Amino acid sequence: MKIKSKWILIGISGVFLFFMLVLPLISVITNSLKEGIGFYFQSLATPTVKSAFGVTVLAAVIAVAVNTIFGIAAAWLITRFSFKGKQILSAVIDIPFSISPVIAGLAFLMTFGRMGWAGGLLARLNEALGTNIQIVFAVPGVALATVFVTFPFVSREIIPVLLSVGKEEEEAAALMGADGFTIFRKITFPHIRWALLYGVILCTARALGEFGAVHALSKTRGETFTLPLEIDALYLSNSSESITSAFAVSSILVLMAVAVLIIRNIAEHQAKKNEENH
Amino acid sequence: MTKQLVRAGKSQRVIPGFGLSMGITLFMLSVIILIPLASVLVYSFQLSPREFLELITKTNVVNAFKTSLLCSLFAAFVNSVFGLILAWVLVRYEFPGKRIMDGIIELPFALPTAVAGITLSKLYSDTGVMGGFLGLLGIKAAYTKVGLTIALIFIGIPFVVRSIQPVLETLDPRYEEAAAILGAGKFHTFRKVILPELGPALLTGFGLAFARGVGEYGSVIYISGNNARNQTQVVSYVIMQKLNYVDYPGATAIALVMLFLSFLVLLFVNMVQVHQAKRTSCL
Repeated sequence: MKIKSKWILIGISGVFLFFMLVLPLISVITNSLKEGIGFYFQSLATPTVKSAFGVTVLAAVIAVAVNTIFGIAAAWLITRFSFKGKQILSAVIDIPFSISPVIAGLAFLMTFGRMGWAGGLLARLNEALGTNIQIVFAVPGVALATVFVTFPFVSREIIPVLLSVGKEEEEAAALMGADGFTIFRKITFPHIRWALLYGVILCTARALGEFGAVHALSKTRGETFTLPLEIDALYLSNSSESITSAFAVSSILVLMAVAVLIIRNIAEHQAKKNEENH
Repeated sequence: MTKQLVRAGKSQRVIPGFGLSMGITLFMLSVIILIPLASVLVYSFQLSPREFLELITKTNVVNAFKTSLLCSLFAAFVNSVFGLILAWVLVRYEFPGKRIMDGIIELPFALPTAVAGITLSKLYSDTGVMGGFLGLLGIKAAYTKVGLTIALIFIGIPFVVRSIQPVLETLDPRYEEAAAILGAGKFHTFRKVILPELGPALLTGFGLAFARGVGEYGSVIYISGNNARNQTQVVSYVIMQKLNYVDYPGATAIALVMLFLSFLVLLFVNMVQVHQAKRTSCL
């Protein structure tokens, strides 16, 4: 009886996962190869796809850099000190998880766009300096939106690790006269290595794939489009060839997603091993 | 006594870097999150209450809210059922392929929403594998609320599984054994012993999946068809449409309602977690 219900439940899980998650994955690949392997590579080499690839990678690099600095600082602050308003601070960090990415795009439009207060400021600055810096509908806006949606990833991964390690080691080191940088390098960093790596990977994956927020802030195909926007444009142009191209570009992002899942599995395994060693 | 201890802890910040980390955190938080969101609030307060009400009670806006809320609610419910089964299987059983199954749960987090959107749309269209199969059963999935809900189930499943898994791992199987020895049936044990323990985690997962669903954009806009007459427009789509027509007052008003909704869900999840923490610390 017990064995029977076990296999029924495993069966239900397997069927559910196959139809909901695995089948869509397979379908991207089969759709992308519909016109043959030559067409596949051809669709990856068009100027708009290449430009989108560049913008996407740039935005992802910026997002990872900003969020790593923020993530470490915020995790250090939240796990190593007690202060008033910590709960609120920690809730505010999570805001990007719970609001629609479209609203993130809207927020930057309202801030740096023609209607926004910082938009006027920017226009005056450009006039004074004779420059032409644009944020919305330009690459900086895309980068900002990407930073916004990936904001909590690194700190969310590090905080639980630092909480479970405790702060005794750092306190001891500080009492013995070690400076902050040394404490971080010698004590904290070895603990958070894998969590940091995983946070960075999640952040990269999300940055490469962000759609809604960037969609509101980027309107020029071939200049400010990211890969997901390029996929959208290809898919909506509605000829069967361009739809196949859309899936070809998608397949790149699918490979990345699968790589992320595998690295996550390894990172988690390593983290568990580390825990056992301690 | 505790108060004194806390105060003592505060005045003796042994570990360096408080000022620096506080500075970096607050600066970045302000620039990236707080100031842009405040701009939305400031802009929306320029609308008079009457204008605001008019903007958010337009038929297509109300319909979009209904569609987003109902479909997300239904999807979150389906995810709660399957999420519970998946978490149970992954925590309690050993079987070949378990690690792969555990890994693949997170696919919806890793897969870009636009990719998920076009794939699901193709798969469930009349010519797609699943669309053809459902068509035989007389169900039309693509460009209807059915398709929309399927997309929301896709993106919501990891939230429920990942909320329940850690709690289930710490749950002692001895309570179930005790219940079984005392003569409780399987269903009874589940309902009386396991479900109350998992309740808060299940609610958290439900809340997170629901919140994600209400704000979802990329994965739903292709499969839903975005038809106002069939009421398959979601809220995010309506906001984006208004942005494209440079109708900023309309977009902001809807965004404000959505921000309020997600705030409510966050508050709910937070309350559930605080309640749970209190209960476990009593034990």
